[in-house]
Amino acid sequence: MCMSGKTKMAKITSGVACSHAPALGVASDSGISNDDYYAPIFKGFEYSKEWIAKEKPDLIFLVYNDHCTAFDASMIPTFALGCAHEYPPADEGWGPRPVPVVKGHRKLSAHIAQSLILDKFDITIMNEMEVDHGLTVPLTMMFGRPEEWPCPVVPLAVNVVQYPAPLGARCFALGKAIRKAIESYPEALKVCAFGTGGMSHQLQHQRAGLINSEWDARFMDLLINDPEQGCRISHVEYLREAGSEGIELVMWYVMRGTLNEDVNEVHRFYHVPASNTAVGHLILENR
Amino acid sequence: MTRASDKEYSDIPGTIVFDSDRAEEGYHLNKFCISLRLQRNRNAFKADPERFIDAFPMTVDQREAALNQDWNRLLELGGNIYYTSKLAAFHGINFQELAALMTGMSVTDYRAMMIAGGRGIEGNRYVHEWENKDG
Repeated sequence: MCMSGKTKMAKITSGVACSHAPALGVASDSGISNDDYYAPIFKGFEYSKEWIAKEKPDLIFLVYNDHCTAFDASMIPTFALGCAHEYPPADEGWGPRPVPVVKGHRKLSAHIAQSLILDKFDITIMNEMEVDHGLTVPLTMMFGRPEEWPCPVVPLAVNVVQYPAPLGARCFALGKAIRKAIESYPEALKVCAFGTGGMSHQLQHQRAGLINSEWDARFMDLLINDPEQGCRISHVEYLREAGSEGIELVMWYVMRGTLNEDVNEVHRFYHVPASNTAVGHLILENR
Repeated sequence: MTRASDKEYSDIPGTIVFDSDRAEEGYHLNKFCISLRLQRNRNAFKADPERFIDAFPMTVDQREAALNQDWNRLLELGGNIYYTSKLAAFHGINFQELAALMTGMSVTDYRAMMIAGGRGIEGNRYVHEWENKDG
């Protein structure tokens, strides 16, 4: 596409942070998202559905973690970039979620892969990949139950199951490299970056059920206003303060890295609980 | 290999961090658990549990903990919650029920705790804070 002789490039304009608790997918799929337990959560995303219908991204770059579905113990890439034509919802043990197949964008993925590796991020390339609730639940929360997802998705799977997950600072730097890659792609695409997972939760052993709402609020403030500082939160702090599974919040820093230093917080939502988890959600726009 | 007690996260109470040492120890146990993601493996395990589990070269302790549904022990022996939850699902135990079982609470009490805001962080950061706890 040409405008005054200059090629239009892809551009990242906004970011979304969103929990991906599997219970939210079950609630949506089984039609109980209006019951007393789930209604307050889905209500918190009503604004988000309106916002994204207006924002109309051409593509979503979605950072998530796989839960031993595409990658079980036999294979654990720290960063795996989806480069497939499409990503079928996986059978996690109860049959695949009844949601649309996720369409990809192979040419953009290939461009991002090459750009990242030359930028010293030696990611794994996934030419075939099934996706689990980690990827599809945030789409459900933002788009509801459409016949087809409204735009293609480029997924980035991050290992947060086997310790150590990549450091927050590394995730933040990767986000910056992803922005450089996307914004050097010659197609007029408006891109929204999703960072998923969290917030505080612990699913295992005797401390299961841990929730730290004050810490979660501080985490969101730092992420928005001082990410250079926030990305240095240590792994031990995540484990201790946000719970053993709360460490997946490092993925929000990949999303944050794709945005400007200054962003507008256009929406914030926080709720406890969804099953064992604190649900957190942000919409950020580049200032 | 670093001993568990030397690690900087070993003073977090009631928490098993699934690190490289645990993953190494629990590899076959976790492979067994994740195999139950597929219906045909669930059928085979249901038909003959001992025969099915023997295809996975795990330790005697791991095998026993898996057959006895000893959920905390499985984590202590290298299991990871995303894997052991597949074994729980096989037995009809959902994630929240599994969490309740691991804490020793009833499912009703655990669910009520979550609705009331979850387990608070105060008193739950360090092992020494748990040492004088009742029960």
